[in-house]
Amino acid sequence: MDEARIARRGLGPRLWLAGGWLLLALLAAIFAPLVAPQDPLAQDLMLERLPPFWMSGAEPGYWLGTDSLGRDLLSRLIFGGRIAFIVAFAAAIAACLVGSTLGLIAGYFGGWADRIISRIVDVWMAFPPVLFAILLVAVLGTGLSSVILAIAIIDWTRFCRVIRAEAMGQSRMDYVENARIAGYGRIGIMLREVLPNVVPSIVALLSLEMGIAIIVEAILSFVNLSISTDDPTWGGIIAEGRLSIHQAWWVLVFPLITLILTVLSFSQFGEALKTRFDPVLR
Amino acid sequence: MSACLDIANLSAVLPNGLRVLRSVSLSVQPGEVRALVGESGAGKTMIGKAVLGVLPSSVRIVEGTMTLEGEDLGRLHPKARRTLIGARTALIPQDPLTALNPSRRIGPQMTDRLVRILGWSTQKADTRIRQLLDEVQIRDPDRVLKSYPHELSGGMRQRVLIAAAFAAEPRLIVADEPTTALDVTVQKQILRLIAELQREHGTAILFVTHDLGVVAKISQKVSVLYAGKVVEEADTAALFASPRHPYTRALMAATPRYTDPFASLKPVDETVLAGLAAEITAADQAWRRPHG
Repeated sequence: MDEARIARRGLGPRLWLAGGWLLLALLAAIFAPLVAPQDPLAQDLMLERLPPFWMSGAEPGYWLGTDSLGRDLLSRLIFGGRIAFIVAFAAAIAACLVGSTLGLIAGYFGGWADRIISRIVDVWMAFPPVLFAILLVAVLGTGLSSVILAIAIIDWTRFCRVIRAEAMGQSRMDYVENARIAGYGRIGIMLREVLPNVVPSIVALLSLEMGIAIIVEAILSFVNLSISTDDPTWGGIIAEGRLSIHQAWWVLVFPLITLILTVLSFSQFGEALKTRFDPVLR
Repeated sequence: MSACLDIANLSAVLPNGLRVLRSVSLSVQPGEVRALVGESGAGKTMIGKAVLGVLPSSVRIVEGTMTLEGEDLGRLHPKARRTLIGARTALIPQDPLTALNPSRRIGPQMTDRLVRILGWSTQKADTRIRQLLDEVQIRDPDRVLKSYPHELSGGMRQRVLIAAAFAAEPRLIVADEPTTALDVTVQKQILRLIAELQREHGTAILFVTHDLGVVAKISQKVSVLYAGKVVEEADTAALFASPRHPYTRALMAATPRYTDPFASLKPVDETVLAGLAAEITAADQAWRRPHG
């Protein structure tokens, strides 16, 4: 009892800080047109490379400065968040559904099902993921849906491997045997006895995967293979910032900080959620 | 009266050809407690698992029959067998800590089986479960039913499992060392509870144990098992009064006594084990010949 309370208290700030940042970023992305101080696409060469607000030469209304085309950095980050979150949710959920289902089947049924699924996972994981992603997008064509699809196609194996191992451990438990004696069918046991015990892991992985999806999307944007070039994306901004790092470091640094904070928050949030979902740890 | 459970000539092998059960025959009459006693690795649990249809996939039954309530389990379609076993039997497991699903509350875990498998109404199942919880002397059923397994003590969990086992009025319960994982003071209470419920419900029990003290307390019949072979079978009283097989005698001599705590523990005598080994080798050779 006490242990549980201590664990919860220890996780408190983590959960709130990570959750707070994610909520802030998510709300900003959803209400981007209302929140963003400027039009993210408006160029003004009179305002190029304005520094952030605390430096001399800053203009009011351009809090984080502007890039080399005079576009407001903060507004671009906020709008870039839209793409980031859409990709994060859609890709992670798709990867989770495919990976968890296959992992559950492989781990619980074992035998041939396991052998086939595990071999596919092995082959899949032999590809370098980023290269694989670039290849996939090159084949599928750029655009939001192909980015999402590419990430899901690459990353379902993460779910599959973890959930398979957990389901395998679960299937040896006495309560699974007891359910078999009672006369439950195999699929019933899988859903009723095994699945609830792997849900905490699925939730943690899902959150982690959202962070990974954001990184992959940023990488694809960075090499100009994500969505159309007009809409700001975090990776795209980073790519632009790299070119002007000596004149305007902020164009590189702020999107990097945003990206790191978001990815870190997703992984921390996932850990905290896992604890909340687990009746034994709770 | 036909037997509740009748095992005849049951042999099972591992993939490497080793026999884990050697032509085991035993029967449990309705309402009777049959103890299955032997040291660890003797195949006691294996027999229980065979009856319940949950043998590990590596173990293969190569001969013999198991008849549950007059139905030959080997001849039934697997689905029909599952249904029969599910409806007529139950298990009281060895380790109450792993026998309950940690992520589900006790209430649904207990009623689920009655509702989903046996088709009872939720109302009826709930009433039944509360009645059983009362019989196993759980005084605050509301709290227990709402709890997760980790919120209950080992003894409480075993009570829950006993209540669950008796809930569907099975004809046969396999109790697989139900007191081994508990501490000594709780062991006694649990044993008394099982005996009490068994008498009231008239359920036959196949009671697997390595503890001769437990055998004496709870059973009417005993089968002594060594290396997957029944070496002696008798009424409990007769067995304790005059064990016939030297292994049984040695096993009894090896039981530690509270009255003489300073006497060192006696292992089973080596000449007895050598005799057993010879007996088993001879049996194996005789068994292999007709099978090639």
